[in-house]
Formats: sequence, structure tokens, C-alpha cells
Amino acid sequence: MPATPVNASSSVPLRSPSLTVVLAWLIPGSGHLLLGRRGRGAIIFATVLVTFAIGLLMRGPMFQPGGAGDLLSRVIQYGGFLGDIAAGLLYFVAVWLGYAAPDEGSHATDYGAKFLVAAGLLNILAMVDAYEIATRQKD
Amino acid sequence: MKLDMDHFEVSILFALLASIVLGIVTKRTDRERVQYGIYCFGCFMAALFCIGWFMRLLHG
Repeated sequence: MPATPVNASSSVPLRSPSLTVVLAWLIPGSGHLLLGRRGRGAIIFATVLVTFAIGLLMRGPMFQPGGAGDLLSRVIQYGGFLGDIAAGLLYFVAVWLGYAAPDEGSHATDYGAKFLVAAGLLNILAMVDAYEIATRQKD
Repeated sequence: MKLDMDHFEVSILFALLASIVLGIVTKRTDRERVQYGIYCFGCFMAALFCIGWFMRLLHG
């Protein structure tokens, strides 16, 4: 990522960076869409959606904050939970619809949990990118 | 319906999806984004095969 702002792109519509980031969190790719980057927004939306859907189809369990266990286990639980909710509305809709896969301990469910977290982490990258476009640090 | 893929399929899928986003958010032009996405995917694949062979040799 660049340390110094680049030439401001005149094609970037003026939007609040905070609003852009919140929208980008709730609906993956919407931050780019708001800033007129339709193609990139659509690709980000599709990629995060596919990643999250694969996690659900593999019956990956969602991470839950708190609980008992040693420090490392709790860090993993909280970190995983943050990764899960970073997927925005995808996470909340899945929970609202009653998705609660049990952790069966198979390799498929294990990978499923990782895909659910990865969807959120990819969305965080997109949120940072949208913020940098909104603040004209990049095009 | 439950998706059941083996380790190799899951790894390739993850590498592909991650490379797409990394390519999009990192570079400035479309050409650079495509090149960087392909580069990331290649790195994922190289790491996958290296670690796979390492584990195989480790287990004998």
C-alpha cells in the first residue's frame, strides 16, 4: 500500500469514507460500487459470496466468542468470530436463518469454518481498498 | 446438500478466490491486477506442492 497519496482521481465521486467502509462491510463490494468502481465491486461481491457459500455448504461451524479454555483457544475463538462477522450481512442473514452447523470434527467442516472466516477477511481487504479510494489515496 | 472436497481441491479453490481479491485490491491498473492475481495464484500453488511433498517425505 502506498505511504503517500497519489494524484487524486477526478473520477472518484465525493463520498464519506466512514459511510463507504460501513457499506462495504455490510454488503461486500458495495463500497466500490458507491465509488463508481462497478466491475471491481461486482467481482468482490461474487468472490466473497462464493467463499462464504462454500463455507456454508461444507457445514463449517461459526466461531462463538467467549467460552472456557486456555488463552490461545479464546484468542482463536474471538479472532474467528471477528472474521465471521466481517462478512457483514452474509453472516447476519445466515445466523438469522438459523444456520448452526455442529462441529463434527471432519476435515470438510474444518475447512468450512476456515472458508467462512476467509470470506470475512477478504471483505476486510476490500473495505480497506474502498477506504483508500474514498480518501483518494489510490484510484 | 453438503459439499465434500478433498484437501487438494479445497486448497486450489481457496488459492483462486484469495488471488482474485488480492489482485483487485493491490494494484492500480487492470493489467497489473490480472498479473498480480496470477502471480499470487502461482505462489499459492508452489507453496501447496512444496508443503505437500515436504509432508510426504516427512511421513516417509
